[in-house]
Amino acid sequence: MTVVGRSVLRTADVVVVGAGAVGAACAYFAARAGLRVVVLDRGPVAGGTSSAGEGNLLLSDKEPGPELDLALLSSRVWTTDLAEHGHHWEYEAKGGLVVGDDAAGQAALEAFAVHQRAAGIEAVVVAHDDLPAYEPHLNRDVAGGVFYAQDAQVQPMLLTAHLLRLARGLGAQVVTGSEVTGFLRDGERVTGVRTRTGQVSADAVINASGTWSGEVARLAGVDLPVLPRRGFVLVTQPLPPLVRHKVYGAGYVADVASSDEALQTSPVVEGTPSGTILVGASRERVGFDRTPSLPVLARLAAAAAALFPVLRDASLIRAYAGFRPYCPDHLPVLGPDPRAPGLWHACGHEGAGIGLSVGTGHLLAQALTGVTPEVDLHPFRPERFEPTGTPATEELAGAH
Amino acid sequence: MPTDGRGAPGPRVPFTLDGRPLSARPGQSVGAALTDAGVRSWRTTRRREKPRGLFCGIGVCFDCLIEVDGRPDQRACLTPVQPGMRLRTGAPEEWT
Amino acid sequence: MSTTETAGPPRTPHGDLAVVGAGPAGLAAAVAAAERGLAVVVVDAGTQPGGQYWRHPDEQAEAGLGPHADAEELPAHPVGQHDWQVYVRLRERFDALRSAGAIAHVPGAQVWFVERTGGAEREGWRLRTSPTVEPDDRVPAEVTATALVLCPGGYDRQLPVAGWDLPGVMAAGGVQALLKGHGSLAGRRAVVAGTGPFLLPVAAGLAEAGAEVLGVCEANAVTGWARQLGGAAQSPRKGLDAVGYVRTMLAHRIPYRQRTVVTAIGGRDQVESVTTARLGRDGTVVPGSERTAAVDLVALGWGFTPSLELVTAVGADTRVDVDDSLVAVVDDDQRSTVPGVYVAGEATGVGGAALALLEGELAGLAAAADLGRDTSPIGSRRLRGGIRRGRAFARAMHRAHPVPATWTSWLTPETLVCRCEEVDVATVRRARDELGGGDFRTAKLLTRTGMGWCQGRVCGFATALLAAEDAGRGLTVEDLRPTSKRTLGTPLSLGRLADLAEVPAGQIPLDLEPSDPADR
Repeated sequence: MTVVGRSVLRTADVVVVGAGAVGAACAYFAARAGLRVVVLDRGPVAGGTSSAGEGNLLLSDKEPGPELDLALLSSRVWTTDLAEHGHHWEYEAKGGLVVGDDAAGQAALEAFAVHQRAAGIEAVVVAHDDLPAYEPHLNRDVAGGVFYAQDAQVQPMLLTAHLLRLARGLGAQVVTGSEVTGFLRDGERVTGVRTRTGQVSADAVINASGTWSGEVARLAGVDLPVLPRRGFVLVTQPLPPLVRHKVYGAGYVADVASSDEALQTSPVVEGTPSGTILVGASRERVGFDRTPSLPVLARLAAAAAALFPVLRDASLIRAYAGFRPYCPDHLPVLGPDPRAPGLWHACGHEGAGIGLSVGTGHLLAQALTGVTPEVDLHPFRPERFEPTGTPATEELAGAH
Repeated sequence: MPTDGRGAPGPRVPFTLDGRPLSARPGQSVGAALTDAGVRSWRTTRRREKPRGLFCGIGVCFDCLIEVDGRPDQRACLTPVQPGMRLRTGAPEEWT
Repeated sequence: MSTTETAGPPRTPHGDLAVVGAGPAGLAAAVAAAERGLAVVVVDAGTQPGGQYWRHPDEQAEAGLGPHADAEELPAHPVGQHDWQVYVRLRERFDALRSAGAIAHVPGAQVWFVERTGGAEREGWRLRTSPTVEPDDRVPAEVTATALVLCPGGYDRQLPVAGWDLPGVMAAGGVQALLKGHGSLAGRRAVVAGTGPFLLPVAAGLAEAGAEVLGVCEANAVTGWARQLGGAAQSPRKGLDAVGYVRTMLAHRIPYRQRTVVTAIGGRDQVESVTTARLGRDGTVVPGSERTAAVDLVALGWGFTPSLELVTAVGADTRVDVDDSLVAVVDDDQRSTVPGVYVAGEATGVGGAALALLEGELAGLAAAADLGRDTSPIGSRRLRGGIRRGRAFARAMHRAHPVPATWTSWLTPETLVCRCEEVDVATVRRARDELGGGDFRTAKLLTRTGMGWCQGRVCGFATALLAAEDAGRGLTVEDLRPTSKRTLGTPLSLGRLADLAEVPAGQIPLDLEPSDPADR
């Protein structure tokens, strides 16, 4: 079981700060690579960023580039390395259907899909008349769609808890209720962490603190611009399977990359194994404000009703808010931090952290054990936001 | 066997449960009228297919959900019987 | 001030004060505030004033009364009522104020969301409401007010036991509601079990209505009740009530079995039997003391859970009361920690109707005073004294009727914890021991306990206890607050929420040019 309060190990190869999905994946893959791992979290398992999402494993919303590379790697890890454990976290390869409201929207979707196919994503154009075969209850006014067979779903809490359980089976120790209050240093070098009840020495410390990663980085004296973006999710009563896939409007694809400070709402509607239907994907930059916003909830509901009119009569029984950790360039931060040697980061995945967690853990374990990571970590490097550093966006642009 | 806390005679309000004619005292809830008619369960749970009826009796637990005049998932304990009301057990038609 | 009493689509009622709940606390608050000159809107999930305590048969159907019956037309002695004359007198004042337009009554309305108003609007609160029973076009979509008195009451607290999901097992309060509100008898042969003095009127009510009550199983030893209570004289009416129930129980030869619990309920499609057992001094089941009897009704109650949705929604501070309930923190005038929000009744600590009346009245007076009306300091002082005595009585009662620490020892692994999602004890314990589900919220998200229709109202307390059990610690605000925090105060149709959208769905930007990486 998890230990609450105090680590019994005083030294480790790796300390992971954060027992969310990304931290759990880092711990699991590091332990599997033979490293001695201690995971610390100030709260319970998956108590922060990970518990408040939907569990999206999406390729459909990614455009060609480093994030897609990470997503494709993650997709492979989900379906190969971790396939035998998928039932623990309700892995469901349900596929995603992105729909276009009108002819123009559909044309844009199809053009986007061309780019994606070139990068290795399976994307099948679905004509208007074929939509009912995919989603019988979808609004008949929808112009068409693109189906992404690789889109999948997991239950984030179960994912995190079971990855940690598996990591413990490989010798890792998980300590909840233990807040990291500072870093052990040897000159510039980070050599471990201090908690309220003691300290743990380690060769590497991975900052996997989700939306709060900037605070943890600050404890090591480095700046990491990870900011919260608030998202609400509505949950219906348990229903028979009315919605078969992840279904969303094309607006979501644009929203993910939006730097608009205003609210971005587009419908993402999906069923869950428990029978509830989740309606999600509002995105707002309002800091850590959890106050429920009725206008946002109403827009989510309206968007869902526009896609699936049958849902108008369904009861909503719950709504929740979460914070998606994002960086200014909307790429995660992965890898060692040269500004504080010994400190690593695995954070800033925005709304895609559950899906990208396993690829992230896989890559960091490779890098920690001296293996060349399968996906180049350079675009994700922590120091890219320094005024003197090369902005990742320039290289991104160069990659196109 | 109908049970009646007071056994008072008086006007009756007709309604049906899956087509079966029943009646209630004016102002009674669906849950009370079904209780008086000796009906103790009218819903089957999703996972284990167990029968359910009234539990909290005051609108908190949602165990007593029933389809009323085509409207699914109404709380029997709070819904007053109306003349000619049609109650239906089993999965709501709307979701099929 | 507008009211909903005219025909046509309901407008938004606005008051100086909105009172949520029309039980003893809500009625007292509304009457006190309106008599001091505040315009009051009373929003109540029930169809007629009285709450759970004074639940009574439908007035219109029962007596052929009009939609707004005068109090004197109310039945003289409805089934199972106590303090009925107190209700009738309060109701007379309530009805008079309603007729005079000082109180707008919004019955049959649930509050599903509460938000602040301000900016261009008047500073205050907006309650988003929906009909308790659909359809009901008399119910307005919202109520606004400068200040709020929250009197949401509570409901029976439950502990799981094997077989408690069978039809014929009911919350004790539900059995009572059937009797008092509908004249219906939930069963013919019953056992009433759990803990607390409320089990007595339920047993008495059943017996008076003709059921055979095999016994009241009280988990605690209450032989020293009067002593525990520091002398019932502190709150004489309460003492007399209890004596009254005891008299009824004697008259009907209902055994009162102390230190006795229901350890299992049997039956195929409904309750057929109940197994009870004695608890030893250490709280464990005395071997060989189990007895099984044929019954068709088991009524269960382990005290009460206050409804804290609105209290947490406005952001008011909460605390854990003596009985392990989450309750609102209030000052000596029932003010919550959020300015302009007052709380009275069970939501400040389970204490019964007499205390709720005092708290409600004080809350109404405090709101009136805070909004600039003249109130008598002497009246408030008298109320505060009564509340202090009532609280002391309630604390003593809670100490005499705790949930036995050993309650999990008679659970089977298959016993359901969450009735909605059908999550069993073994699953909750496994999540706690293997996956880190050592608190309610984590246990919920790992197992789905508390995630169904009732949103943890029924299983939240028990799940919190189970999750904390292993650590051997008591419940904290952090454990309990997530059991009461509900963004949506009641289930709500998606269409109703969608209709509030300020932007039509078609106008949500669906711009889909592959975004220029340089813009990212």
